[in-house]
Amino acid sequence: MSGRTRRGTMTPGFTLGMVIIWVLLWGDLSVANVLAGTALVVLMALLFPQPPPERGQHLRPLACLRFLGRFAVELVQASAQVTRAIFRFGREPSCAVVAVDLRSRSDLMLTLIALALSLVPGSVIIEVRRATGTLYVHSLDVSDQEGIERVRRQVRDLERRLVRAVGSTSDLRRVERS
Amino acid sequence: MTGALDAAAGVCLVLGSLLSLIAGVGLLRFPDTLTRMHAAAKPQVLGLLLVLVGLGLRLRDPADICMLVLIAAFQLLTVPVAAHMAGRAAYRTRRIRRDLLISDDLAGTQPPQNKPGL
Repeated sequence: MSGRTRRGTMTPGFTLGMVIIWVLLWGDLSVANVLAGTALVVLMALLFPQPPPERGQHLRPLACLRFLGRFAVELVQASAQVTRAIFRFGREPSCAVVAVDLRSRSDLMLTLIALALSLVPGSVIIEVRRATGTLYVHSLDVSDQEGIERVRRQVRDLERRLVRAVGSTSDLRRVERS
Repeated sequence: MTGALDAAAGVCLVLGSLLSLIAGVGLLRFPDTLTRMHAAAKPQVLGLLLVLVGLGLRLRDPADICMLVLIAAFQLLTVPVAAHMAGRAAYRTRRIRRDLLISDDLAGTQPPQNKPGL
């Protein structure tokens, strides 16, 4: 356990987030509760050191709201699409596994994109190549080459919106350039 | 006011249950694991979120609502991971219906070795 690793875990943002979860779990905002939560977070960070967080992420509130709004709409659309596929009798769904190369280079973005993709229309992640930043997406209701290209466009569109919301400046440059 | 909240809660609960039912039907109707993951991830999550919103509208107690928000957040974080792991295991053990796929970019690429960091 190196000193650097320990410091990495104990960023103010991480500590604050964990304490907020602790208080929410108890459902009771009191001084004693906050202090107990903080002590527990410090103890946990010492016992279970984590890799240092990535630097350079920016939270852009307006883009975040835009992302969340669009995400909520897509969540509903995804359920509607799957429901249609479930009750379409007589024909089995036609699917495809599509490789998509991401432009952002951070683990956090890769994780967030993979999480969000499984909840928006058409896609479930089945494999991730971290070294090349490639996602393999299983897509429902794809019947031709054009559909495959559409899946690629959708994934890259989601990436752009997510990077605009929370990505680092260098990722944002890469995403906006292409 | 209370009546309107209760009515909204009722609508959310019924819609949420309906979506969960649809997800269950999907698990039975879909032909292989990969397609079933779509049913397990999407209508299931939206259904649960609606049930939680319905509960929040009915309970109206800040402490309860805190707990419901946490449940929703952890569902959104864990369900995609679960779907990913199940889909990946199914693909790697070849328990999928190849005839449903019109193209497969993953075919022929070696699964990464079990090294840390991959």
